[in-house]
Amino acid sequence: MSTDAIARPSAALAPRPIVARLHDWVTTVDHKRLGILYITFAMAFLLIAGVEAMIIRMQLIRPHNDFVSPQVFNRLFTMHGTTMIFFVIMPVLFGFANYLIPLMIGARDMAFPRLNAFSFWMTCFGGLLLYFSLVGGNGLYGAGNAPDVGWFAYAPLTSQTFSIGHSTDFWILALLVSGFGSIGTAVNIIASVLCMRCPGMTLAKMPLFAWLNLVMGGLVILAVSPLTAAQIMLLVDRYLGGHFFDTQAGGSAVIWMHFFWVFGHPEVYILVLPAFAFASEIIPVFSRKPIFGYSVMVGATVAIGFISMSVWAHHMFTVGMSSAANNFFVISTMAIAVPTGIKIFNWLATMWGGKIEFRTPMLFCIAFLFQFLIAGLTGIMQGAAPFDWHLGNSYFVVAHFHYVIVGGILFCLFGAFYYWFPKMSGKMYSERLGKLHFWLFIIGFHLTFDFMHIPGLLGMPRRIYTYEPGRGWDTWNLIVTIGVFFQAAGILVFLGNLVWCYFRGKAAGSDPWDAWTLEWSTNSPPPAYNFATLPVVKSRRPLWDLKHPADPDWKYE
Amino acid sequence: MNATSMTVAGARLEWNPADRGRIAMFSLIAAEASIFTIFVVAYVFYLGKSLSGPTPQDVLRVPVFYTICLLSSSVTIHFAAKSLRRGGVLRFGALWLATITLGAGFLYGTGTEWYRLIYKERFTIGTNLFGTTYYSLVGLHAFHVVVGLFVLSIVMAFTLLGSVRSEHAERIDVLSLYWHFVDVVWIVVFTVVYLMGR
Repeated sequence: MSTDAIARPSAALAPRPIVARLHDWVTTVDHKRLGILYITFAMAFLLIAGVEAMIIRMQLIRPHNDFVSPQVFNRLFTMHGTTMIFFVIMPVLFGFANYLIPLMIGARDMAFPRLNAFSFWMTCFGGLLLYFSLVGGNGLYGAGNAPDVGWFAYAPLTSQTFSIGHSTDFWILALLVSGFGSIGTAVNIIASVLCMRCPGMTLAKMPLFAWLNLVMGGLVILAVSPLTAAQIMLLVDRYLGGHFFDTQAGGSAVIWMHFFWVFGHPEVYILVLPAFAFASEIIPVFSRKPIFGYSVMVGATVAIGFISMSVWAHHMFTVGMSSAANNFFVISTMAIAVPTGIKIFNWLATMWGGKIEFRTPMLFCIAFLFQFLIAGLTGIMQGAAPFDWHLGNSYFVVAHFHYVIVGGILFCLFGAFYYWFPKMSGKMYSERLGKLHFWLFIIGFHLTFDFMHIPGLLGMPRRIYTYEPGRGWDTWNLIVTIGVFFQAAGILVFLGNLVWCYFRGKAAGSDPWDAWTLEWSTNSPPPAYNFATLPVVKSRRPLWDLKHPADPDWKYE
Repeated sequence: MNATSMTVAGARLEWNPADRGRIAMFSLIAAEASIFTIFVVAYVFYLGKSLSGPTPQDVLRVPVFYTICLLSSSVTIHFAAKSLRRGGVLRFGALWLATITLGAGFLYGTGTEWYRLIYKERFTIGTNLFGTTYYSLVGLHAFHVVVGLFVLSIVMAFTLLGSVRSEHAERIDVLSLYWHFVDVVWIVVFTVVYLMGR
């Protein structure tokens, strides 16, 4: 292997001192290292936000529990939500996009390596700023330390009157700063996908991974910017005496909701499109079939991108909008189910008649298909305004969006971790521990989030720190909390598996899955320059063409 | 199997990918446009909703001269970029300087308007909803003019040091896109604040 021959002499050198190696990581502009930095950063925050979730569930395990105080409970759910969305899922997805896009499109790096490093460090410092509120949030008032306004921070709770101290300011600044990082990454992803593809890779021959991340980048550009604007307005209100969301001076609290959800709903698709991207790479490889309906998948993705910009107010049915507005947002919400349904059918059709290999990444993707379907169905239930009037702000909503984010996105992410771990580390994970993780997590997930729907239907509101006994909620809450421990055990097995196999795992080789996209054509882990010579491709599955010169794909595409 | 074998032997491909600078600038402009959209929506939504005076009719005067300044700077930067492409570095420098002067003139206009509003009319960002939306929308635009002028001045400094040549025309084109965007935003802000709002 030519690349191997170049890589070998450096490995024989004496290890560099740790300070020099850390300096390399801090100053790196290499997309692979930045990708790993993003992923490591997100995993650290996953542990923090996971512990917050466990404390929340401990508090709710039985009625009248006093594990934490109401004030601490408010801070916990605010920090849990904000951290998970902005500092766990977004960075981990950006990490995978950063690592894989240049490898998949046959490029040596992203379009703007230094912008890439800048974006990562903005996100990183945004996360640190959020948690610095534990130290600096008190301000001069001796007020509460961490933000406690909820992750969507409705007005007028965020005004100086109701949020004294600096905790809310840290929340605003953390999201503002990491927002700049997200926009930078999105610009980079779009420019890389559009301008850095290797010769022969037309847009119609790109891996679906690149397509979905391209649309995700567009959504970040159009959706995170309104959040940035809204945060600037909130800062004007809090520091310059503005009245944007000040109802006493004629301002509107509802317009904050619109501005927030104009970001907030496309954000769901920003998170789920990369998850679809993982599934679209993993399912074909483990079904031993090319993806079914490539062009329809691309079309459905673009359609989701467009429609997702016009569904935001389905988060606001209970606010009391006009019936015209309610009708519009019900219809657009129902409409977005169509391209999403197309995708699910395409994945199923990919598996249909395939020679399915039930390896850990595939198990997670199959679970994703079923769970995401159920999450979509409860989404349609709440997308109907009259039904939502009954369920709004209840635990049914919490169960629904955790079903999307954990059952859909996180399951795909776990699949992606196992699928690309051999490429990133050069080592093979333990299949046995991977399957243990899968079963622990799927049991925990269903115990927690299936049963969470029921207290919601029985009227249990979200964000309450405790509840009265005898309302029929007690047993369900107990089961929900028990499920959390299975999930936590699963996460520990997952992290242990990756760490152990990174040091002790068997060498994976460059192409352990007999896969078809370009990242598997280079070494594991790839050298700094990715490809010794830039590849030239003729079809969507360049490695298939290479492995089967008698029957290449480009004859049929 | 290695990367070299990926190349199909003898395949000569026409391969001209889009310029990444241009794509990135269009993406950045899309992001900025969404930010401005939210501020414009807030301005329009809050028109006439202030609980106390003054109203736009009371205090705002249409800045015709300074608007002409900013809009003509789009013309000068266009011809500056064009001259550089043809190799006229001297002509480029002169037109570039004219762009900066016109932009700075616009900023001076915003400064005098704000001085009059704050010191003569006693109208600030905290006075009423109109004040909040007016200062933040016009201020956000002025901030973009400041950033634009800063970047234009860096190019001017390099021009004076003699390191801008015609092979940089593509980059200058990309930079001028940003300045055109700042101008287009002003057309929207001008229409909403000074024409519709008054």
